[in-house]
Amino acid sequence: MRRLIPLALLAVAACATTPPVKTASGKPSTPAEIVSIPADPFPSTYRAYPGVTTVIRGATVYDGAGHKFAPGMVRLENGKVAEIGENVAVPAGATVIDAGGKFVTPGIIDIHSHLGDYPSPQVQAVSDGNEATRPNTADVWAEHSIWPQDAGFTRALAGGVTTFHILPGSANLFGGRGVTVKNVLGRTAQDMKFPGAKPSLKMACGENPKRVYGSKGQSPATRMGNIAVDRQVWSDAVVYKRKWDDYTKKAKAGTAKPTDAPRRELANDTLMGVLNGDILVQNHCYRADEMANVIAMSKEFGYHVSAFHHAVESYKIADLLKAENICSAMWADWWGFKLESYDGIRENIAFVHNAGACAIVHSDDANGIQRLNQEAAKAMAAGRRAGIVVPPEVVWTWLSLNPAKGLGIDKATGSLEPGKMADVVLWNGDPLSVYSRPERVWIDGALMYDAADPERRPKTDFELGQPGAGDVK
Amino acid sequence: MKRAVLLLATLLAGAAHAAPIAITNATVMTGAGATLDHATIVVDGGRIRSVGSGAAPPGATIIDAGGKTVTPGLVVGMSDLGIDEIGGVREANDTEARKSPFSASLDVVPALNGRDGGIAVARAGGVTRAVVGPSASRDIFAGQGALIALRDGPDVLVRGRAFQFVELGENGAEAAGGSRTASFALFRNALDEAQRFAARKGRGGGGDDGAHENIYQRADTVALVAVVNGTQPLVVHVERASDILSVLALKADFPKLHLILFGAREGWTVADRIAAAHVPVITSAIDDLPDAFETLASTKSNVGRLVAAGVLVGIGTSGGESTNQPRNVTQFVGNLVAQGRMPGGVGVTRDQALSLITRNPAEIFGMTDTGTIAPGQRADLVMWDGDPFELTSAPVAVMIDGVSQPITSRQTQLRDRYLRLQHDTLPLAYRP
Repeated sequence: MRRLIPLALLAVAACATTPPVKTASGKPSTPAEIVSIPADPFPSTYRAYPGVTTVIRGATVYDGAGHKFAPGMVRLENGKVAEIGENVAVPAGATVIDAGGKFVTPGIIDIHSHLGDYPSPQVQAVSDGNEATRPNTADVWAEHSIWPQDAGFTRALAGGVTTFHILPGSANLFGGRGVTVKNVLGRTAQDMKFPGAKPSLKMACGENPKRVYGSKGQSPATRMGNIAVDRQVWSDAVVYKRKWDDYTKKAKAGTAKPTDAPRRELANDTLMGVLNGDILVQNHCYRADEMANVIAMSKEFGYHVSAFHHAVESYKIADLLKAENICSAMWADWWGFKLESYDGIRENIAFVHNAGACAIVHSDDANGIQRLNQEAAKAMAAGRRAGIVVPPEVVWTWLSLNPAKGLGIDKATGSLEPGKMADVVLWNGDPLSVYSRPERVWIDGALMYDAADPERRPKTDFELGQPGAGDVK
Repeated sequence: MKRAVLLLATLLAGAAHAAPIAITNATVMTGAGATLDHATIVVDGGRIRSVGSGAAPPGATIIDAGGKTVTPGLVVGMSDLGIDEIGGVREANDTEARKSPFSASLDVVPALNGRDGGIAVARAGGVTRAVVGPSASRDIFAGQGALIALRDGPDVLVRGRAFQFVELGENGAEAAGGSRTASFALFRNALDEAQRFAARKGRGGGGDDGAHENIYQRADTVALVAVVNGTQPLVVHVERASDILSVLALKADFPKLHLILFGAREGWTVADRIAAAHVPVITSAIDDLPDAFETLASTKSNVGRLVAAGVLVGIGTSGGESTNQPRNVTQFVGNLVAQGRMPGGVGVTRDQALSLITRNPAEIFGMTDTGTIAPGQRADLVMWDGDPFELTSAPVAVMIDGVSQPITSRQTQLRDRYLRLQHDTLPLAYRP
């Protein structure tokens, strides 16, 4: 695995590694004697593309962590943010971009996307986002559905999105594993995988699971059914974990043979990963009361919800979400397309932020992902009208650092702090204005999009030869 | 500024029957391609009497806009306002009639609910008029749509049976039996049936013909007479360039068809042909994904290129949540202005952007006294707290036919209730 991020982030699943261990007798046992679950059977093959040392000067800079430099400067070097401030060193030979009147921000991170799994075109042949056959499909991985030729990746890039999290759909209570990717087109999904990022478990509350399974005459058919099935699954996962922990302990002590190892159950592998803290829970949940039920359930079984997604009613329990340290991934103004979204208000994001809880703007949509900055601007304005003034440089945390936190990659990206990945957007104007668009986008310091240069605007294989291929979209 | 707004809201209640009102010191975007600074708009009897640099007439109630921008009320060229309270709740959604034996004869008018929550939300975003269209399901014909005014209260209908809606792209092919060959055959047959029906009726035969085998219900055939004789516009949903050309070609056999294209995401590739046919387009502005095989050429330059070719274009809403909210049409057209600033992109000017969501859709649907700020026009006006297209702007006052309208909704009530989460002496449910 390439060292693109601090080592700390690369430390994964304790249960899932096989270091030589000392036995009780003090004699090292060989790894072969201990059966373990592979930590990373589909490893990232992402590599950063070459970049040049680049200094952007004269721009208004939002660092994504709540600070502003106006005018400010940023230097990108060796794929990292090297320096940021009112003045930075300009090494000889650096490419210098005079960006007066323009803005620099960290790349946008979308914590909720189905790009690749529900790609364009939306035809059954590539509709691979919901394994809606069982309420618990914790065994499926969204990355195995990703079609790398989804044109949506390129549109998201033109919207300044440098990292996003691809989730399974919400038909199931346990939808499967989500994957964090860098928005660099590859030949395979593994080429896009964000190195070292933890996978997620997608869970869903509410109307979708009960509708999908209730309509099949199957459980869950109600919200109480949702929670009941959830709890049984978690309870079984606890037993599974106990078996593996017990086996591993004995194996390490030299008292268990490889044939004593429990049979692997792929869904339980994922759930055990959650219980061990190696997999983050991303929980689709609209209603405040259901979020509270989920929080209680998570305590019963010993896991933590990283973020509630589509959290239309977070504003009703923003204090609870703050206390529980759970992020809310929200739309600016979607509402009313189902009953559980009926109480959506434009102030939701600002209210959550104002309560001191972690607020994230998310898309869940191949169109919306192109304009997340605009969604943040609408939320900012609604908050301001309600008396909650959040400055633009703080608003940007909703788009970069907070989603990075929700994905556990905030040590690596999400802000322009020195040493972090040089995931950077140069906007042709105020990014919270409807009139502005990304002019250039760097990912790991490599210029991956340039609005003025057709050779820096990717086209997927699917688009080649189609009408309008290569057009400015 | 705030005082001016309050004054406006207070004074304009029932203004249609009151003394003339003069809105002074306004930045007026007329919707007809011009922006006037320090202008005065005089409203009398629900109509605009004058707009320009002239003084307020004697006796008029004066409202100082304080330089704020005033635009025509927004007109949304396609929506489900009033027939779709909650999309996912069957009981609260009248957009489609999946199990009905009827199609073209379906009429949204009796389903219209002026108290639909979406109307209040859209009105708070500056939308004053909207085109309401049904959705097709089992047949290519969705039925007949209406024009509404988003005034407060139950009475929103402006004109019923304002158009017929038909699907002739991928959706139509599916509904007709699995192929465009089927959808066009079904369409031609339906119009033939309507023509024969009208001819027999014209000969005093009452229109009925027991001998021939009609595919469509009598009521549907009756409804289609107005389409085939051109007295009722036909909104045709197609996206692919070849489908657009196939639709334009229908005029050869049905010369009276009054066509309006809906969607037309690949329209830019045949923009000159659409312009030459004098067929207007209602589209959704910012879709740029090849999200169907009929939309492979999608681009946000579509509207700009159509406009440049001389096509009359209005913006309507459709599709997913990110593109279907009527209150966001200002954002959508703002993005088209942004598109024009991208190297190689084709967008629109700010004045053109406004026309896309005011005058143009009004004109396309025959609302010729709506959509601009000009003498004689309906006094549908919106005063904004900033640039109307900006994400941070919102209406501070909305007027329809000279009558001030509320800009509150369930959403503003929820906002006010949950602004403070601290429990007082009673649960939150006791708050207003």
